[in-house]
Amino acid sequence: MCGATEGGLSLDGVNVAKEAVIQGQVLRGGADGGGEPVGNAYVRLLDRSGEFTAEVPTSATGHFRFFAGDGEWTLRTLAPKAEPVDTKVVAATGSVAEVQVLVSA
Amino acid sequence: MSRENSLVTAQWVEDNLDTDGIVLIEVDEDTTAYDKGHIRGAIKLDWTTDLQDQVRRDFVNKEQFEALLSERGVANDDTVVLYGGNNNWFAAYAYWYFKLYGHQDVKLLDGGRKKWELDSRELTDEATSREKTSYTASEQDSSIRAFRDEVVAAIGTQNLVDVRSPDEYAGRLLAPAHLPQEQAQRAGHIPTAASVPWSKAANDDGTFKSDEELKQIYTEAGVDWDKDTIAYCRIGERSSHTWFVLKELLGQDNVKNYDGSWTEYGSLVGVPVTLGDERGDA
Repeated sequence: MCGATEGGLSLDGVNVAKEAVIQGQVLRGGADGGGEPVGNAYVRLLDRSGEFTAEVPTSATGHFRFFAGDGEWTLRTLAPKAEPVDTKVVAATGSVAEVQVLVSA
Repeated sequence: MSRENSLVTAQWVEDNLDTDGIVLIEVDEDTTAYDKGHIRGAIKLDWTTDLQDQVRRDFVNKEQFEALLSERGVANDDTVVLYGGNNNWFAAYAYWYFKLYGHQDVKLLDGGRKKWELDSRELTDEATSREKTSYTASEQDSSIRAFRDEVVAAIGTQNLVDVRSPDEYAGRLLAPAHLPQEQAQRAGHIPTAASVPWSKAANDDGTFKSDEELKQIYTEAGVDWDKDTIAYCRIGERSSHTWFVLKELLGQDNVKNYDGSWTEYGSLVGVPVTLGDERGDA
């Protein structure tokens, strides 16, 4: 958990103090600069019981964002020609959880 | 109605891209999605500007709807095939809206834009132009649209189905989690409403589950098939998805969509509200 990381999605216009933000980027092929952003993926937010809460398509740069609540969540990422990937994340009001999701090449 | 009459597959759409008399229409929550790429030949409807009155909170009236479809080139005898993002939330909303104004032949593309994209099917940014028509709408069909007084009267007497996420139902969230949470209305749900998130009706790729699975989901959630049903969500789009399931796929009579939904109900003075995961008493 941290603030907005360098190169992450801009938080301009978001009242971070009142939101439990989960955001990040979907990459194909490798982490930390080694992967290609996936701009046609779908990221779904599942609650602690595994129930669907929301879903967003990634931006052209592979970015996504949710406004969640306090607690543990799962991101399920669907991308063309890749297996779904589940990623656990903890969100808290007043902070931004940054997540990098890697899908198979 | 039935699945055969109201739902088409992505393959069917691809096979019929050049068939006369079929109009593809994309409707998205993100109203810019179409402009970035759409199925070849599809036109766009913007749910915020095309389908809403721009002053009052209500739909465009019959004359405005007629002018809209005439200008976009949709004829009364066209087969309208709707699709969109968010697992067809707003496409289902438009489907219900077309039915509200009496369009006969409307279908949803099963899985919507997501299924189309996950299948790696072609999208284009090519503009679509259609000849203008002279469209005639019917008066609104009040048998499929619920208003607030009917909803209050339905507490404890009809099936109320809350199709929002469990956290919105319980009052832990006020909006779907891809939207900011600060909202004016109170949190919670209408007492006695069953919680059946719309997503239970869909597979991960956005396609609808089988009729047998669907029937079981609503039965287990406590829907009484002998009673009339009102579905609601936050602004009436996810509940259109569930209305489609109950009315068009499962063929239930007397299913209404409450498009005022939680943004209206949660702002009403004096109505009962239940907080937490339990349904609450009438």
